[in-house]
Amino acid sequence: MHHKNLIFFVLLCQVRRLAAAAAAVAVLAIAAAQASTAGGIASGKSLAMERSKGNCLACHRIEDGKLPGTIGPPLVAMKLRYPERAALKQQICDATIRNPDSRMPPFCRHGILTEDEVEQIVDYLYTL
Amino acid sequence: MKNYAALLLLGLAPLLSLAGPEEDREAFVEYYQARFPDVPFAEFANGIYAIDEDARRQWQDIEEFPPYEFAIEQGESLWHETMPDEAKLADCFAQPVADIRPAYPRFDAGRGEVVTLALAINHCRQAHRLPALPYDSDELISITAYLAYAARGKPVATRVPADEPGALAAYEDGKRFYYSKRGQLNFACADCHVTSVGLHVRADRLSASLGHTTHFPVYRSKLGAVISLHQRFFGCVRDVRAKPFALQSKEFRNLEYFLSYMGNGLEFNGPGARK
Ligand code: HEC
Ligand code: HEC
Repeated sequence: MHHKNLIFFVLLCQVRRLAAAAAAVAVLAIAAAQASTAGGIASGKSLAMERSKGNCLACHRIEDGKLPGTIGPPLVAMKLRYPERAALKQQICDATIRNPDSRMPPFCRHGILTEDEVEQIVDYLYTL
Repeated sequence: MKNYAALLLLGLAPLLSLAGPEEDREAFVEYYQARFPDVPFAEFANGIYAIDEDARRQWQDIEEFPPYEFAIEQGESLWHETMPDEAKLADCFAQPVADIRPAYPRFDAGRGEVVTLALAINHCRQAHRLPALPYDSDELISITAYLAYAARGKPVATRVPADEPGALAAYEDGKRFYYSKRGQLNFACADCHVTSVGLHVRADRLSASLGHTTHFPVYRSKLGAVISLHQRFFGCVRDVRAKPFALQSKEFRNLEYFLSYMGNGLEFNGPGARK
């Protein structure tokens, strides 16, 4: 009986240690995931601002961006106005789908931005 | 509903079938006048200064000591130089000096193409055993600066003769160019200078295309140089990341023909000064 209990106790400890280790790994993983999202947001922001990339600021007012253009509507409250990520992505990738005469460049269709870069810009826009 | 559609068709049909250069021009002018009801028609010869008070004040300061004066002087002395056979440039032109600039661009039926002032000057040189000047050269641009200055106050009166099918074709070609989307950024000239007129691209405010040709060549303070209209076309085409066209290419000459016609009735006021 005693013996059995001891074995049980040891097993329990092992399990706890494993669980702790697993928890630690999970925390690390979450931290890593958060870090990459924060990185995605930062790089999305610079992709949106850079003249040679999105240059969205040429036409849209965006929070603290300097000397914004006024050709398109201000980019604000994006989550509210674009609850669907796919719709926002489509507007950036090819604005002419929604409006054939759009003055907004079709960023993916004309190879100005990659889909991956647009994903990062969308991450950033959802913080606005 | 059906009635509406019929009315719409009835209303539009005459516009569509009649639309020639003169109807195009009237619609062009009306658009800008509706957009800027306080701006008198004649003011559109002044580009962005017609609609932007701050820019206008800075321009008036600049005009106290015109930065294009040197180009006019250089152009005047080149105008009076004799060519190897003793002829002068003026000998090639039938008009008094003040009427030369307003005579271009014109459709030359014999050549079957639009001839611009820069082209006519080079034709003259070549007829008198001189090589053509490069279209971005100081010499050629200053000769056009002198002729622009001599023509100040004359009305723009571009002609697309009805009995000359080639002229209408060239005009239509220029018009198509103006309204076609191009380049990686997918912009037509009209996207910026018609639909977005008065709005900002970053810090730059967009001028109306009505009057775009009246004041060239232009001193650009950004470049510290006097540039031709085609150099400006070149810059706008490059900025939309499109295939560039050569200065004085057929495409740009036809574009100039179309835009000059749109500006009919404004006054020549070159050379100009811009940012
Ligand atoms: C040269 C002008 C221009 C540039 C550059 C531009 N846009 Fe636009 N954008 C517009 C215009 C004009 C509209 C209005 C709708 C239309 O015409 O498609 C618009 C609409 C939008 C909309 C929809 C807004 C709404 O209220 O529904 C979003 C989102 C957007 N743009 C994001 C971007 C992003 C992100 C970039 C950069 C990667 C960008 N835009 C670059 C001109 C531009
Ligand atoms: C992306 C926007 C954009 C497009 C597209 C564009 N331009 Fe421009 N253009 C500008 C800006 C900005 C300026 C400088 C400010 C101004 O005067 O409008 C300018 C200036 C000009 C000027 C000089 C105006 C003056 O008063 O001296 C001419 C002429 C001109 N553009 C013609 C064209 C033509 C022709 C096209 C098409 C081939 C074109 N532009 C396409 C943005 C554009």
